[in-house]
Amino acid sequence: MNSMKIIFDAKPYNEAFARLAISGFLLYKDPSINDMEDIKTAVSEAVTNSIIHAYDNEGLIELSCEIDENKVKIIVEDFGKGIENIEIAREPMYTSKPDCERSGLGFTIMESFMDKIEVSSIVGKGTKIIMYKDLM
Amino acid sequence: MVKCEYLKDVYIVKISGDIDHYTSEIIKKEIYKNTNRYIKDMIMDLSDVDFMDSSGIGMVLGRYKEVKDKDGRLALVGVKGNMERIFNMSGLYKIVSKFDSIGQAFIEWGIYNE
Ligand SMILES: Nc1ncnc2c1ncn2[C@@H]1O[C@H](COP(=O)(O)OP(=O)(O)O)[C@@H](O)[C@H]1O
Ligand SMILES: [Mg+2]
Repeated sequence: MNSMKIIFDAKPYNEAFARLAISGFLLYKDPSINDMEDIKTAVSEAVTNSIIHAYDNEGLIELSCEIDENKVKIIVEDFGKGIENIEIAREPMYTSKPDCERSGLGFTIMESFMDKIEVSSIVGKGTKIIMYKDLM
Repeated sequence: MVKCEYLKDVYIVKISGDIDHYTSEIIKKEIYKNTNRYIKDMIMDLSDVDFMDSSGIGMVLGRYKEVKDKDGRLALVGVKGNMERIFNMSGLYKIVSKFDSIGQAFIEWGIYNE
């Protein structure tokens, strides 16, 4: 079992940092290029959501990861606005920001690139995304 | 990073590095900063892109809408890996064409390149 947790500012340029951090942490497992790409993409989606949707100005994002054998569990958490209706938010193509060139496919990508995702959210408190993937 | 040039009257936009929400904004500005000519047909060359998430869909669709308003066309070349999966999921290929190379796009569009 190996774990890490990082906390960083919800700033757009930290999206690249989050992707590099997760891939750096997983590196010793020598994951396949596909697994690494899938995980980076899913983390990028979750972190981007916290940056765009959770906060108007500033805020913090927590990214943590646990590795047990080949099982990877990743948590992305923010302490922002929260999601009123998770079911609607998870629908493909649903976005609350169509004017910002958003596609509404973030959750769909997280679901299809990872084995399983769990979303919990409290309005006014924040959102927590847990993602699981077994490395090949 | 973005490099732009005209080949015939087609605006070729070559993107390299990562396409995410942060860089999409920069890429969008760079595309228009590099020209004051009228952009009609546009080809986006994505062969040097290392990473793309769903922000790329919005970035491409946004440019599609702009060229379409001028009766122009948009094509993608160099699509690979997860990028292909993401574009497929989005249904983007119903309106934006994808070609193997810039040369092929020119042939399909009936433009002769020298
Ligand atoms: N961390 C979050 N905090 C608040 N709202 C969120 C968060 N993540 C997602 N949402 C809501 O769920 C919607 C769908 O998210 P997503 O599928 O990633 O699409 P997009 O980011 O393109 O809007 C968002 O438009 C937003 O309304
Ligand atoms: Mg999103």
